[in-house]
Amino acid sequence: MSAAPPSPAPRAAVDGETSRRRGLGWLLLVPGMLWLAVFFLFPTIQLFFTSLYDPSGSYEQGYTMTWHVMNYVDAVTDTWNLFVRSFAYAGIATVVCLALSYPLAYAIAFKAGRWKNFLLVLVIAPFFTSFLLRTLAWRTILSDQGPVTSFLQTIAVLPDDGRLLATPVAVIAGLVYNFMPFMTLPLYASLDKVDHRLIEAAGDLYSSPIAGFRRVTFPLSLPGVVSGTLLTFIPACGDYINAELLGTPKQYMVGNRIQSAFLTEHNYPLAASLSLILMAVVVVMVVLYIRRAGTEDLV
Amino acid sequence: MTGSLASRERATAAVPPPPARRPAGRWLADHLVLLLGILVLVYMFVPIGYIFALSFNQPSGRGATAEFESFTWSNWGSVCEPEGLCESLKLSFAVSLTATVLATLLGTLMAFALVRHSFRGRSASNLLIFLPMATPEVVMGSSLLAMFVSLGFDGVLGFVTIVIAHVMFCLSFVVVTVKARLVGMDARLEQAAMDLYANEWQTFRLVTLPLAMPGIVAAALLSFTLSFDDFIVTNFTAGQSVTFPLYVYGAKLKDFPPQLFVVGSAMFLVSFAVVIAAELWRRRRSTWSR
Repeated sequence: MSAAPPSPAPRAAVDGETSRRRGLGWLLLVPGMLWLAVFFLFPTIQLFFTSLYDPSGSYEQGYTMTWHVMNYVDAVTDTWNLFVRSFAYAGIATVVCLALSYPLAYAIAFKAGRWKNFLLVLVIAPFFTSFLLRTLAWRTILSDQGPVTSFLQTIAVLPDDGRLLATPVAVIAGLVYNFMPFMTLPLYASLDKVDHRLIEAAGDLYSSPIAGFRRVTFPLSLPGVVSGTLLTFIPACGDYINAELLGTPKQYMVGNRIQSAFLTEHNYPLAASLSLILMAVVVVMVVLYIRRAGTEDLV
Repeated sequence: MTGSLASRERATAAVPPPPARRPAGRWLADHLVLLLGILVLVYMFVPIGYIFALSFNQPSGRGATAEFESFTWSNWGSVCEPEGLCESLKLSFAVSLTATVLATLLGTLMAFALVRHSFRGRSASNLLIFLPMATPEVVMGSSLLAMFVSLGFDGVLGFVTIVIAHVMFCLSFVVVTVKARLVGMDARLEQAAMDLYANEWQTFRLVTLPLAMPGIVAAALLSFTLSFDDFIVTNFTAGQSVTFPLYVYGAKLKDFPPQLFVVGSAMFLVSFAVVIAAELWRRRRSTWSR
């Protein structure tokens, strides 16, 4: 779980100095930690209490605390399909993203030569424009009159009245596109560290390029795969913009529900319990995944 | 793994593959990967092309975003014409600059503390830094809003609450980025400075800080990008204030001014130019130092 590599031993030898440095360490750490405690930890704990309020209260009249655990049961029975859909969309988007980003990261790390930095800039550059504008551009591209839909209709992949916009395909495509750099950059970082001599050694030992990749390059790039998939999957689970702009209520994800429960219905107990379920599921999945992948270094 | 490698080695050693096929296969693999990479890059630029094209669009009706109607230069000259657009940009810049400075400062201090100092509670600290990154934005935004509302801050939601939220989610990314740089640094350089009678402060200012600078700059750029582009958390904490992403979101419901695409294109051009300039500067510096 811990994201830190084992800490280097403190260098100071004299006892007095060690304790002074320890004090300085605290001093450096405390302002940031306080910020996280007050504006992240405390609200999350408070969210937990909010999730147990009596749901018959309202935003205007206030809520009473009745430790109403049934809020969770209601939230799950009402919206379990949204949870399933969110994790399915986010999971598919993560896999597609990995499949697209890996060749790109590989090409930059191994084939780009002196164009490496320039290509990296090109990878990040599209993401300097606003996330919403990019998603709106996709809405135009995937629209019924757009080039992609008519092309797919011409080659008969889509029926003549078939649509791309307002389907799960469009939502997943949007998720894939918007989280690409979070996948590509960690992948590139770990592929770039791979010692080329190891791959050459595999070739010298008569491994085919494919076997060399499967047994040497890919395993060495696993830390990048792990952090890339996490950095893509986590935000994709909670995203609601792609579902809203590229889909219809039929494609809505749990983020859409949380957003509307909070901002339009002001149903705080429901919104809070949904948020906590989402957070808990994501954290559990992340921890299991990290355990399984066996990497300690997170990002 | 080792066993299977060894057995494989024996198997291939017994029947060596025809030597001519290997380079041919590798050539194909090389160029296939490069080709795939280029295709993916092209895919990444498709929406950018659309944004540029739509910035020159003159829509005939209201909300005409889906189709290019007729060409005009005038959108680029009238960016501030849609009501509130430039105000939202100003607010976004103010928020992102403030949040970037605060997050970079606090996060860099934390990274130094975690890498250079030992103390109790290190793993708890690491956990608290990791958790915001594993929390979907919608959860962070909603919990912050619930806290602000319960503390009676409903009326003052705006610049301050947006900055608070942005610093919170940028901090972890700053810590991770700066830490990565500090861990990779050669501690002997600082020892050498101390050996040459630099005191701790001089060592820090003249050796440690310059060495850590690329990490700090990267962290600041990352924070700025995350903050400037954030919609979800901002939507919860902004109250009546409108940042640029919120403006875009609001505009999609009403008429949709093409000037939004001008701003998008300009953002792309400016940041692209900045990054290229920085890269050229870095190259020149590294050739000088060689």
